[in-house]
Amino acid sequence: MEAILETKDLSIAFGGHVAVNGVSVKITEKKFTSIIGPNGAGKTTFFNLLSGQLTPTHGTIYFKGRDITKLSTTNRTRLGIGRSFQITNVFPNLTVHENVRLAVQSQANVRYQMLAHFNHYKQFKEKANELLELVFLDDKANSLAVNLAHGEKRKLEIAMLLALETEILLLDEPTAGMSLEEVPAIIDVIKKIKGQEDRTIVLIEHKMDMILGMSDEVLVLFHGELIAQGTPEEMIENETVQSAYLGGQYDEQLT
Amino acid sequence: MNLAKVEKSTWIYLAISLLLVIVPFIVTGRSMQFIIIQFFIFAIFAMSYDILLGYTGIISFGHVMFFGIGAYSTAIVMNRFDSTILSFILAIIIAIILAAIVSLIVGMLTLRLKSHFYAMLTLALAGLFLVGAEKWRSLTGGNDGFTFSLPEILRDSQSLYMLCLLSLVLIFFGLRRLTKSPFGRVLMAIRENEKRTESLGYKIVHYKVIASVVAGVVASFAGVLYSISLRFVNTSVFATDMTIDVLLMTIIGGVGTLIGPIIGAGLVEFAHHWLSSLADVHWIFERWIILYGIVYILVVIFFPLGIVGTIQKKFFNRQNYQKKKQQNPRRKLDEGRKEDEDELYRNG
Repeated sequence: MEAILETKDLSIAFGGHVAVNGVSVKITEKKFTSIIGPNGAGKTTFFNLLSGQLTPTHGTIYFKGRDITKLSTTNRTRLGIGRSFQITNVFPNLTVHENVRLAVQSQANVRYQMLAHFNHYKQFKEKANELLELVFLDDKANSLAVNLAHGEKRKLEIAMLLALETEILLLDEPTAGMSLEEVPAIIDVIKKIKGQEDRTIVLIEHKMDMILGMSDEVLVLFHGELIAQGTPEEMIENETVQSAYLGGQYDEQLT
Repeated sequence: MNLAKVEKSTWIYLAISLLLVIVPFIVTGRSMQFIIIQFFIFAIFAMSYDILLGYTGIISFGHVMFFGIGAYSTAIVMNRFDSTILSFILAIIIAIILAAIVSLIVGMLTLRLKSHFYAMLTLALAGLFLVGAEKWRSLTGGNDGFTFSLPEILRDSQSLYMLCLLSLVLIFFGLRRLTKSPFGRVLMAIRENEKRTESLGYKIVHYKVIASVVAGVVASFAGVLYSISLRFVNTSVFATDMTIDVLLMTIIGGVGTLIGPIIGAGLVEFAHHWLSSLADVHWIFERWIILYGIVYILVVIFFPLGIVGTIQKKFFNRQNYQKKKQQNPRRKLDEGRKEDEDELYRNG
């Protein structure tokens, strides 16, 4: 199978602390890959390396066989790697609709147009509305993003990410900090995207039960190292995974 | 924002502009006309500053350098060449080109820096221009400056008034369109969250450089008008005080709006005039800058959005609340409040 994203011996150290240590993975195209691991396992750091927020101390990242280790976040987004953030990261004093519209505008490559009114591009507005409908935020379109509840901001994040129409979606704990009632809605959205089978989705998740049903492949990180990789069923049976993550001392974090 | 609304505000602005056209026929006093002219000039300067501060979120303490470049280019050209309209146009072209080049270079060199480093560096660069203007005596006349003559038509207070008003109106509508363009929207996104804008696939340094070139060119044009309104130039056009003044105008009027800096400029200019004339009453009015300091502090604490920002917020709160009540009368108050500041920045 085709690997769309590949890392070779990817490591990053902050001072003496090695947050990600020699991770080599292949992420298969158009599949759903989950990354799990206890707190501090380096999941988000690994994402930051993939999306370009951080530069690795050593190792390389390939996107469709092309070395992208040195590329900036902007260029990686343009190539087709979009990500959402664990800590909500939206434009607080712009409206929800405007947040999404900016993402649509970037995707449509309208970057330096200074003379036309922004409403001139009606298709952007419409597409933004469609995306807001998809994530169940259409009734909040004219609110400022800062006034949204936490779960709604997460949904907004996903709408913005979808607007970019990137081939790879990196989702960093999309349900983090959400109330229990909101989680199913997000999972529905993710399932809907997965159902279209035209994107590669990589998801970080804490809640094992949520991802097991959806994932094609699971990567387990522990203390910055990749300790196991395989189908969800294999992972449940894997002893190393069980002792590191599923069983014993980390049990309480699974809830 | 629907089209009808845009047109309404445009008509209001146009009506105000037309009212201002009549003003010089009513207010014939030369000194009063001069104050209004100064108000127009500083309104242009403050708007250009707000493109940086209010729209892109760039804090520059050296914006005065572009103003100074405009003022000196005009003065030097008018001094060296005949005082004709042609050389005045040449002066404008030189001022704009110089400001564009300087802002482009400064922008490319410095805009990669984080906010406060950028602020410090711009302060230093403006200082450099100030020292340059002081030392290059053969060109600038040093600290004392020099006077120059103007063609007949520009010496007339009435026509100067019209020129400044026309420039203000054109620049206002130009910048308004710019801030409402897709480009302007990205600037606002940068102000809100640089990192996020980057991960949406925008190259933020390009945007910042373009914003600073636009702001630089407009500021330079304000400098051109400033020097012809005085028919004199000296190193004060490079002084940091001037940047602080426009900062004050922008903040009092309302950051992130275009009409705000205009109102702020008006307030500061007229307050300056009236406070100074109160000097006979009490010595403190001669030191009006002390009063400004107090006003400045109070505004930042109590009205961080400035006059226009505060009014907009109040106005849209009410409007939205009413809209909401009509849509859903049972909606609770606290839910309504959540969506308070709707469209606050979209209607600037």
